[in-house]
Amino acid sequence: MNVNIEINGKELQAENGKMLIEVTDELGITVPRFCYHKNLSVSANCRMCLVEVEKAPKPMPACATPVTEGMKVFTHSPKALAAQKAVMEFLLINHPLDCPVCDQGGECDLQDFSIGYGEGKSQYVEAKRVIKDKDYGPLVATEMTRCIHCTRCVRFGQEIAGIREIGATGRGENMEIGTYIEKSIDSELSGNIIDICPVGALTSKPFRFHARAWEMQKHNGVAVHDCTGSNVEFHTLRGEIQRIIARENQDINDSWISDRDRYSYLGLNNEDRIFKPMIKKSGNWETVDWEEALNFTAEVIKNGVGTIGPDSLATLVSPNATLEEFYLAQKVTRGLGSHNIDHRLQQVDFRAQESDPLYPGLKMSVKQISEQNAILLIGSNIRKEQPIIAHQVRQATIINNAKISLVNTQHYEMNFNVSAEFADDANILNNLLALAKVLVQKDKIDVDKAFSKLISSAKVTDNHEQTIAELKTDEDSLVIVGNTAQTMSNYSQIKIIASFIATNTNSQLAILTHGGNSASAYIAGAVPHRGPCNQVEENGLTAQEMFNKDLTTYIIQNIEIEKDLIGGDSEEVINHLTKANTILISSFVTDKMKEYATIILPAAIYTESSGTYINVSGTHQSMNAITEAKADSKPVWKIWRVLGNLLNINNMDYMSSEEVKDEVLDILGDKDMQSSINWMDFELDQVSNRAEYKVKPLGIYAVDSIVRRADALQRTADGQQ
Amino acid sequence: MAEENLKIASLNDKVKAEIDTWVAKYPEGKQSSAVMFALKLAQDQNGGWLTTELMDAVADYLSMDKIAVYEVASFYSMYEHKPVGKHKICVCTNISCMVCGSAKIVKHLEEKLSIKMGETTEDKNITLKEVECLGACVNAPMLQIGENYYENLTPEKIDEILDGLK
Repeated sequence: MNVNIEINGKELQAENGKMLIEVTDELGITVPRFCYHKNLSVSANCRMCLVEVEKAPKPMPACATPVTEGMKVFTHSPKALAAQKAVMEFLLINHPLDCPVCDQGGECDLQDFSIGYGEGKSQYVEAKRVIKDKDYGPLVATEMTRCIHCTRCVRFGQEIAGIREIGATGRGENMEIGTYIEKSIDSELSGNIIDICPVGALTSKPFRFHARAWEMQKHNGVAVHDCTGSNVEFHTLRGEIQRIIARENQDINDSWISDRDRYSYLGLNNEDRIFKPMIKKSGNWETVDWEEALNFTAEVIKNGVGTIGPDSLATLVSPNATLEEFYLAQKVTRGLGSHNIDHRLQQVDFRAQESDPLYPGLKMSVKQISEQNAILLIGSNIRKEQPIIAHQVRQATIINNAKISLVNTQHYEMNFNVSAEFADDANILNNLLALAKVLVQKDKIDVDKAFSKLISSAKVTDNHEQTIAELKTDEDSLVIVGNTAQTMSNYSQIKIIASFIATNTNSQLAILTHGGNSASAYIAGAVPHRGPCNQVEENGLTAQEMFNKDLTTYIIQNIEIEKDLIGGDSEEVINHLTKANTILISSFVTDKMKEYATIILPAAIYTESSGTYINVSGTHQSMNAITEAKADSKPVWKIWRVLGNLLNINNMDYMSSEEVKDEVLDILGDKDMQSSINWMDFELDQVSNRAEYKVKPLGIYAVDSIVRRADALQRTADGQQ
Repeated sequence: MAEENLKIASLNDKVKAEIDTWVAKYPEGKQSSAVMFALKLAQDQNGGWLTTELMDAVADYLSMDKIAVYEVASFYSMYEHKPVGKHKICVCTNISCMVCGSAKIVKHLEEKLSIKMGETTEDKNITLKEVECLGACVNAPMLQIGENYYENLTPEKIDEILDGLK
């Protein structure tokens, strides 16, 4: 329902009950504020947004005053201004005048509003308050004397991060924002308190004193360390990335990003970065120019394919590569007659892959997860795997009182209320089968023999029945299969049972994949069983099968096999690589990698190359190069293009990465990006029961070669584990 | 350190039982409403002051975030975070007591005990504390020891009170 109100003499309509500040923000009317933040609750404690409301005896805080019929508001009247100026004077009483050495200078709300509402001089002559500094760990720097007690960081901890680590202790003059005891801030979303702090009390520790806000150029980009596709802003100075901050996208990440996305840039300039092409000649590494390197590479590939056959070539691409890189990698590989291409490094069970949808993902926007009423999380430590998706799950528990059930092999600490937790350290399938059994028995579903045999031994408890009942309500519900499940040796069974549960409880099924861009990999055809956009192809070797036998040539793009591939640190895998011609297209090279590689082509880092990322819900997001490719390194899509030309692959004359993208999107046409997933079409009896073997999934700060090199992240509590 | 030895890290059964009676007064799930009394009980158990460990124990017992308990315990002046004497003398120096001569009372107390406000006597018997209004303005000046108010104070009356605290 709308009401008629008047703001600064202008008549308009606004939604009844909306806070005044939301209405003025929509209209672009400036109302100064410190404590109000649109993604946090209203606390109305800074009093900076006082405005005059007709018939109200005193000025009212715009952030906590709902609009009502006939309300007349003045945001810039003498009375409003006087109130705002008075508040500003109080706020400045204890604030130090250290803007010249403060990192927030130039992007500081207090600084900006003091220009508009502050007096040139203060009436205050007493001593200013000084607060002893805190140590919040390696990510957040503090200067608590600058704090104006807006409590945004306190509310962020309580409402968004879900662990209250910061509070307001003491009272009156002695009130302090802090942790009270000496302690680091351990939330995986902790960096956001830097973005929301309206003053310089909380700033980025790794960024401290590196650049001033006004010197830097801002570039829009996407975070690539998980499948969320969070929006970020890269800030650069003199061609170097200085920091990453959150960019608002209310469909994906609200105003937040994970610490992993915020601080991963620290890994970009690691000493392992290489800048010159290198070839191993009789055991010794020689630096060569690009022409020689590429000609030699093409020759090696050609020889292998020519003498042994195309099946002796395998290409392995990082799941963080761009859509363009995936497409060109598979185009070159398939152009040579090989189907051995994969990006699924953290998967061992590939059975039932033929039934995969266009790409495994989410059939709704990331934000819509917060609208669900029940969610079943299978094999997922979601907080550490996709922190922003975990945030949306948490929002569902807050907004809708959603019931969350977890099926895992161990207990994981979550930052939301969990309705039922099934943690069987033997395997996760038993609990899934029990859930399926509840459905079969209650709804008298006809299932085939193999299925009924599988569920026959499952032990059903009240908790299983409760979880199914929660999923089965008429409201929206979601079944999520997470990264941990994908690492399991019976992933295909998990998929099928998850799909069964989702279908029969009328829930959506979602797969949260590894890496930042696996949706692109599927769509571009960087999987061995399919070409671009679901074109059926002959089956090639999967990431695991590639190392089951001797191949002649491996092309490996931005992967540290020993760390990124499940089981990649085994002697056998390294042996195969050492015997074969191993071509690394890589930004980083370690001594270990030099042992098994034959050719090293220095790749530009993702921020130095244009490209497209498709997130878990199918949203395309293209990014320009943020900085130039360093020294002699080259964007990976260009390396593939030249290799393709040298290997006489047809139609490889792309002038820009956009042309590559357009070609993929042409093939994609109007195929349904959100095609539904139903692995039940796959015959279950083809997937025999396998003993589960346990792989330790990658830790939150071990997911890719860039994050692993971000030293500040490694020093956090999560990084130490 | 003797002080270290004093640190009690957990709530004893009697305190827990008493907290339970307070929790029962509030609706289910609102057990954190009992935090103030729980802290008082914990403080009494520990000889008049709270340790971080005790506050943590209260937080755990009431399923609260630890920082939320620290906030309460550091906000109210009746919670102590350092060891105090056997008797804590809380002298009001707010406006009513001030106009009725609390300065004289404070001076007399400080001289008699040879300690300043906020300090504890060497024998750990008495701690002096300046507090805000305790709501007994009608008989100002006043002070509080334990759960008792002493009103219409004079230096002579103070001597009498102190004699009773040996």
